Amino acid sequence: MKTKQTLHRSINPWRQGLLFSLLTLASLFTGLVTAETLHEERSVYRNIFVTEVDGRRCLLFNAVRGERNQTCMDMRNPKEFVFHYARMTMAGLLVNPDPKNILIAGLGGGTLPSALHELYPDAKIEVLEIDQAVVNVAKNFFNFQESESVETHVVDARVFIKRAGLTGRKFDFIVLDAFTGEYIPEHMLTQEFLEEVKQILTPDGVLVSNTFSTSELYAHESETYRAVFGDFFNLKMSGSGNRVIIAQQKELPSQGTLKANAQPLHETLKPYGVEILEFPNRMGTRPDWDQTKRVLTDQFSPANLLGR
Amino acid sequence: MTVTSKNSLMQNVIVCAAFLNGFVIMTIELLGGRVLSPYFGTSVYVWGSIITIFMLSLSLGYLWGGRLSSRKPSHGVFAAFFGLSALLSLPIIFFAEWTMTQVFLTVEDPRYGSLIAATLLYFLPICFMGMVSPYSIRLLVSSEEHSGRMAGLLYFVSTLGSALGTLMTSFYFVLWFEIDTIMWGAVAVLVLSGVAILIVHKLPVREAAGVHRYEN
Repeated sequence: MKTKQTLHRSINPWRQGLLFSLLTLASLFTGLVTAETLHEERSVYRNIFVTEVDGRRCLLFNAVRGERNQTCMDMRNPKEFVFHYARMTMAGLLVNPDPKNILIAGLGGGTLPSALHELYPDAKIEVLEIDQAVVNVAKNFFNFQESESVETHVVDARVFIKRAGLTGRKFDFIVLDAFTGEYIPEHMLTQEFLEEVKQILTPDGVLVSNTFSTSELYAHESETYRAVFGDFFNLKMSGSGNRVIIAQQKELPSQGTLKANAQPLHETLKPYGVEILEFPNRMGTRPDWDQTKRVLTDQFSPANLLGR
Repeated sequence: MTVTSKNSLMQNVIVCAAFLNGFVIMTIELLGGRVLSPYFGTSVYVWGSIITIFMLSLSLGYLWGGRLSSRKPSHGVFAAFFGLSALLSLPIIFFAEWTMTQVFLTVEDPRYGSLIAATLLYFLPICFMGMVSPYSIRLLVSSEEHSGRMAGLLYFVSTLGSALGTLMTSFYFVLWFEIDTIMWGAVAVLVLSGVAILIVHKLPVREAAGVHRYEN
């Protein structure tokens, strides 16, 4: 009898250990980093690296595959957005040129909230970031500053948004930028989640979602957004694997309105490297994906398997 | 059917049932992350809550299952574990949303929210699934000297089942089916295991010359 009980106890961790052993292995491999690493921040989710090459400082989540830069900042010109997708996010301003309550899911280096705060100092900006370590890195290495008008919450964005819906909070500019490229938070791609986002959007508010344009997931995701918001603007740029979805509760503005809104923004956005005048022509609503693909729901959301 | 062939059939059924039990436990555990994520997110502590509750339920199940097995072990009770596991898994399909909404509304901290929700949804069914392991060893063991071997075999099949359950669920099931469909599959597997044990248990035994018929 004794032997049986001892055996029994020793077998327990095996069953459960399966889940985390892969994660541990993955974090061991991230130890191989190139020489120009400025800083390494430990986190419960992943190790975060800050590198600097040639005056360009970058935040990396996955140092093995070196191309996975989350955010980069040109230290000689810190204002300028280095990546296409960050520039493309500003296209949301063409739909709502005067945001007052901004919600950003996913901090990265904090370049987006910093820029929006400079552009709209009176707007209240709330940033949701699941990982405290990312907040630390953004503050210490990317000049991200919290203030009365820029507030960060260390929280899972879905949890925050669900609660915001229950308490009747509204935002007129919502940015979903929570995709690292290596792991997709599957509960933030579903129809139910987007319904919750729609609920906290003001009637004139705009949702800007920075996602992918490659893989099978593209069609599934597009169908899911269409199921919730109807037509949306699909912004793509050549040379970028990202696409930006721009959606609204009410009917989308016309090309004329977009172009009219672009004019006054042109000069202000120039220092950020954003050529806003180029965007209206690239903002199409015509589906260019397989429209028979299944809508993603809380019951069915194998985003990481589809995104391969 | 002779007594010997019935016994060996029963042994095989018990081993298969232990395999499927291990499979189903990990299927339900992996789906747990998806069930909880719309309410509590996918922060590391949500997985922490789920794994904690599964470990706790299994450990108590092992303890109670072991105790029950020392008093008149029967195949009927063993089959009942499977039936109860299946029955107690049904609230995960029917009442998960309601339960999690109530928890979400009362508990603001998603750490404790996910811990409470995981307890409410998974404690009872996983407890009964844990009881299967020691009880099946008791049913398989007929003499002291091969008890270790039987225990080894049981751990082997049930942990192998868990490994496959993890793999199949995370690689394929979530891609092919909805969560509730997979849960129904798990319930069906548990019910069928229980029924198979009962059927084999009730099989009539032909009296062989010189061997007295007895009930085991």
